[in-house]
Amino acid sequence: MRRIFFLFIAAIFCIAFNNKLVAQADTHHAITEAHSTDSSVAEHNVPEHKESPVDKIMHHIADANQFHVVTFNGQHIYFPLPCIIYNRTTGKLDAFMSTKLAHDKTYNGYHMHHDRVKPINEEEKIFDFSITKNVFSMLLGVSFLMIILFVVKNAYTRNPNKAPKGIQALIEPIISYIDDDVIKPNLPHKHNQFRPYLLSVFFFILVSNLLGLIPFFPGSANVSGNISFTLTLAAITFILTNVFGNKHYWGHIFAMPGVPKFVLLILTPVEILGMFTKPFSLMMRLFGNITAGHIVVLSLVSLIFILGDNGNSIPGALVGTGFAIPFVLFMSALELLVAFLQAFIFTLLSAIFIGMAVEDNH
Amino acid sequence: MAAALAAIGAGLAAIGAGVGIGMIGSKAMEGIARQPEAVGDIRANLILAAALIEGAALIGMILSFLLGQ
Repeated sequence: MRRIFFLFIAAIFCIAFNNKLVAQADTHHAITEAHSTDSSVAEHNVPEHKESPVDKIMHHIADANQFHVVTFNGQHIYFPLPCIIYNRTTGKLDAFMSTKLAHDKTYNGYHMHHDRVKPINEEEKIFDFSITKNVFSMLLGVSFLMIILFVVKNAYTRNPNKAPKGIQALIEPIISYIDDDVIKPNLPHKHNQFRPYLLSVFFFILVSNLLGLIPFFPGSANVSGNISFTLTLAAITFILTNVFGNKHYWGHIFAMPGVPKFVLLILTPVEILGMFTKPFSLMMRLFGNITAGHIVVLSLVSLIFILGDNGNSIPGALVGTGFAIPFVLFMSALELLVAFLQAFIFTLLSAIFIGMAVEDNH
Repeated sequence: MAAALAAIGAGLAAIGAGVGIGMIGSKAMEGIARQPEAVGDIRANLILAAALIEGAALIGMILSFLLGQ
């Protein structure tokens, strides 16, 4: 039980250090490549009239090495984040704050390109182990969650036989709902072993989703819409399923009982494929839902700037605002539901997959 | 061209998921109307099946999203 909890904590650190797995940063790079010549010049102190909404949206969806707080009088204000860069070409490890690179400055042969640290010499290859925007948001969410849950835990230890009050009354129904409706029905005998993981993953995804919905500084990072985040969580479920899987589970994969030998030739590859598609769909579902939500909200906000012709047409901007406000309000409310639903579904499907592998009587 | 095809692909994925989830929803409604006491089990299975279908649709959407650039 404790081992699984530690596995989970270790995995959080894995997410922090597998930025290189993010295909997103590269795709973002590829998208903006075409526009890089004009937009990198216009980045600083100049109102960006030419930048398309697609660039803006992709910029928000991708990870970043500095946290953009606000643009005031054409001046970008960033929250500094530590950058830890390992240069594969020169074998050098560099650690510095992102303020050293902010506002088109260069440092030690690095510069900031679309909020990502890039070597000035484009031949050089780097590994980026930085505390990026997403990692920062994730650590913030985890500390927030820890404070709440430890307060609740201490309240139960102090008054074990009293009715819950305050924050307890918020957390207790959620935990008992997940426990009674998700964990116990799917893991009737082994729920004590997997409850820590399933509840941790539920609250972790929930708090990441909700932080992503806050539209200003401490929130707004697209944490659970980052493929490496969901990949890591799905990989933990995959590992738990296969490490704790019993002989029935493996028997159903390699020699499905009651099936003729020649059919097994087709069935076994399909079952082996099934081992991987289940966590793959877990990964894609969370990534797709949260990313799609962010893109839709931002597209609706972009309506103001599209119809307003980037600030050149006031009536157009007013019409866009009239459209955007109710739709953004509706989408945000829907995203609030999706934030809960996706955390719930990830937990439910993890419980089902683990339950199918570890429970005997199915 | 690629972007237009990708947009059509995303639309087709949405149609597929819409039909699938709609069928699940209608059958779940019928089931609940017939047996209101089984609403809890039906809802859990409804969400599970909808999530599985939605997963396939989202993979299609993400592929078209990536190919459309």
